[in-house]
Amino acid sequence: MFSEVCWQIGGEQGTGLDSTVEVFNTVASRAGYYVYAYKTFASRIKGGHTDFTTRLGTTRVQAPAPGVNLLVALDQETINLCAKNVYPNAIVLADDAINPTLPEGVSAKLLTIPFNKMTLALGNPLMKNNIVLGASAAFLGLPLEGFKAYASRRWGNKGEEFVALIHTAMEQGYEHVRTNWPDLAIALAPADGKERLLMIGNEAAALGALAGGCRMIFSYPITPASEIAETLVKAFPKVGGIAVQMEDELASIVACVGAGFAGARAMTATAGPGLSLMQEALGLASMTETPVVVVDTQRGGPSTGMPTKQEQSDLLAMAYGGHGDGPRIVLAPGSVEELVPLTAEAFNLADNYHCPVIIASDLALALFQQTVEPEAVELSTLPKVERGPIADPAALAALGRDVFERYSKKTNENGVSERSMPGMKNGQFLATGAEHGAFGKVTENAANRVYMMERRMHRLRTVKTEAVRYFGPANADLVIVAFGTTLGAAKEARAEIEQLTGKQVGVLQIRLIFPVPVAEIQKYVGNGKALVVESNAVGQFAFMLKGSGYNPAGLASLLKYDGNLITVEEIRTAATRVLNGEAQFMVTGGGAGVRNTSDPTIVLESAKEAHV
Amino acid sequence: MATMADFRTSEKSWWCPGCGDFGVLAALQKALVELGVEPEQVALASGIGCSGKIGNYINSYNLHVVHGRSLPAAQGIKLANRELTVIAAGGDGDGFAIGMGHYMHALRRNVDITYIVMDNQIYGLTKGQTSPTSDGGFQTKSTPNGNIEKSVNQMQLAIASGCGFVANGFSANQKQLVEIIKRALRFPGFALVNTYSPCVTFNKTNTYDFYKAEIVNLDEDLSYDRSDRFAAMKKLMETNELVSGIIYEDPNPTRYEDKVTGFREQGIVNQDLAVDPALWAKLVGQYK
Repeated sequence: MFSEVCWQIGGEQGTGLDSTVEVFNTVASRAGYYVYAYKTFASRIKGGHTDFTTRLGTTRVQAPAPGVNLLVALDQETINLCAKNVYPNAIVLADDAINPTLPEGVSAKLLTIPFNKMTLALGNPLMKNNIVLGASAAFLGLPLEGFKAYASRRWGNKGEEFVALIHTAMEQGYEHVRTNWPDLAIALAPADGKERLLMIGNEAAALGALAGGCRMIFSYPITPASEIAETLVKAFPKVGGIAVQMEDELASIVACVGAGFAGARAMTATAGPGLSLMQEALGLASMTETPVVVVDTQRGGPSTGMPTKQEQSDLLAMAYGGHGDGPRIVLAPGSVEELVPLTAEAFNLADNYHCPVIIASDLALALFQQTVEPEAVELSTLPKVERGPIADPAALAALGRDVFERYSKKTNENGVSERSMPGMKNGQFLATGAEHGAFGKVTENAANRVYMMERRMHRLRTVKTEAVRYFGPANADLVIVAFGTTLGAAKEARAEIEQLTGKQVGVLQIRLIFPVPVAEIQKYVGNGKALVVESNAVGQFAFMLKGSGYNPAGLASLLKYDGNLITVEEIRTAATRVLNGEAQFMVTGGGAGVRNTSDPTIVLESAKEAHV
Repeated sequence: MATMADFRTSEKSWWCPGCGDFGVLAALQKALVELGVEPEQVALASGIGCSGKIGNYINSYNLHVVHGRSLPAAQGIKLANRELTVIAAGGDGDGFAIGMGHYMHALRRNVDITYIVMDNQIYGLTKGQTSPTSDGGFQTKSTPNGNIEKSVNQMQLAIASGCGFVANGFSANQKQLVEIIKRALRFPGFALVNTYSPCVTFNKTNTYDFYKAEIVNLDEDLSYDRSDRFAAMKKLMETNELVSGIIYEDPNPTRYEDKVTGFREQGIVNQDLAVDPALWAKLVGQYK
């Protein structure tokens, strides 16, 4: 009995594989299994190879699987690309019409089913994927009834005949496997049957925004962020909100600043190229002390980079991007589940600190389905709406005109003063991106400039949120520092590294990327070694740690920027080397495995030598 | 009822003496007073440039944004609180060079805001470079041999893009400009109020005298039908946009806000943010 299995399907893009996989994942989730589903796809609509992988477990699965148990290959290209990742005794299931062959050295069992012939007999090309689902269910011991029930619900509106055809296709796939290979099964342990949720991070971000009082999204379509607006445009009419597809990212962020100035909770969602375009207006929000929330679903950069590939390389752009100095808060959810409360909290932070709050999502978090425990998104447990310092309209009205100072020196413990909103009598002021005084009037007075800069930046010193989460024993020998998608692999690697090395290992999740929570990091790393794992080329978070004053001699890095997810195995290898004193700076990916490098945060060779 | 004094600020003007923008500011303030709007109900988003400083001199809620982006800011404000009177303001460079991308889309999106452009056909604040509305041959610091590009026809663009209210004023013709702005502010939908607002320091060609001599005043043409879109286009082409008055007004105006599914009359900012638990259960339930 396996406590987890991995199913993979590959074929040509645009042949309905997306919905086939959605069916598979949903049925598995409803059966009570934990799901982590990921995919390889290209920035094109039809054609080109695509493959989807679903890891199912009886306990939480949160990273790519080390191998595949059942690979369904709808073309030879899939076998060529994916068969090297299957376990030695795995099953590769292919259409006999393609005369499939396994690459040399792959010891899996290659089985063929006449998918095409069976599909032709059913008279509808859409049925091929349903035969595949039935066959997959048979091999993995998943309940065929679950698949049929899902099909009835999902396609019931297309008529009984159509649903009956789907049922037949599923049954034929199932029966074909049971009849031809009665003894072959990948025995997955039964699940607990608990009903859980399955969603992608972008859906979770949208839900979190809604719960957090967000009623406006202004955005521009971009991979991999678009589903956030697509989810909200469906939900907002129920709460009087609005989703506007703007003409570009420049307009999107400025509309958010306008809405924030007016007192609404507004957001935009984008990826790296959009974030670059938004930099000037993020400065405007910082300068005018206007709340605004941005979700950045990071992807391979720079420029167009790799739109459909994983990366975490916008950290510096989120924290320090744009010209001049201005406050921003950057949050990093470590799972789809966490995106719901953290997105809701982002709106509270923006309103409490009167500055932009950016959520550092990433492609894998944004687009890959993960199991979400229903308790984690219980409305009553999510952050309550806190609107932050706002002037009392009645008190304002009694003040008379030209008395209210929007940028008053009377600030709260965070250095933030009350704001007024249009409609409040006597609260009128000028919010300007130019340097200004207490009433917002433009001035370049030197003393005022110093006060205003200190005022704006001071709020970062008091940001209150759960900045880190620690998993593992106190005083560990090694602490793996991770955030975003990488957290899952780090958590799964932890116990394996302990077992392998006999050392104590912890994982420190960074939830607050900026301002860098140095004190908390110091507290958990203690005298142990720290390994920062991140998906970029120059060690951006390590760079931020150093710039924030945290630079212990044992600060190690593992980097990956080939577009693929960091795996449990890579973290295990790197951590073992650090614990054995064999390496400090490592890079992986591109098919070359974990290898040593020099400090990625130092560029000049001469400086690297000086550093050593 | 608010008075002119209620709409003024104590800020000393940075505009040059004689700047056309004084006239536009005064006309806007007068229009607001005559419409009975209270200062706190007015939100104005302005861009960068001399004209963008208008927010310093009017006692309303003012958002002075980055260059070229007054329109997205104004749309954001209006959609957040549709109970407000929302104005975008800026110059010809702000609107038709760096901001042109937003202009086209604001026109066709048709959110209920009024866009006041102070067109002086030159970059003033950067001390005299050519602008997208500068005439061909116009000599400036950046075009010492004369402007070799064609000028933007922003009013024709507006009509071509489906804008329901297109007007042009002249800052020296206060009476007409006040009436234009009043009408624009009441228009349900996007309203363009272009104005010729001379730069007395850097533009020695398009002067007060130039505009006085060249502008065709539509108010003096009793046969002009401003509900006729074709006539409006023809008039703008005939006059090279040197025309004043309301050029086009859609007799059956619509606005973006009325077409948004589930959008409410009450401003978003005035609504309760609590999520109904039954709705939440339904939203979350989609992912089971």
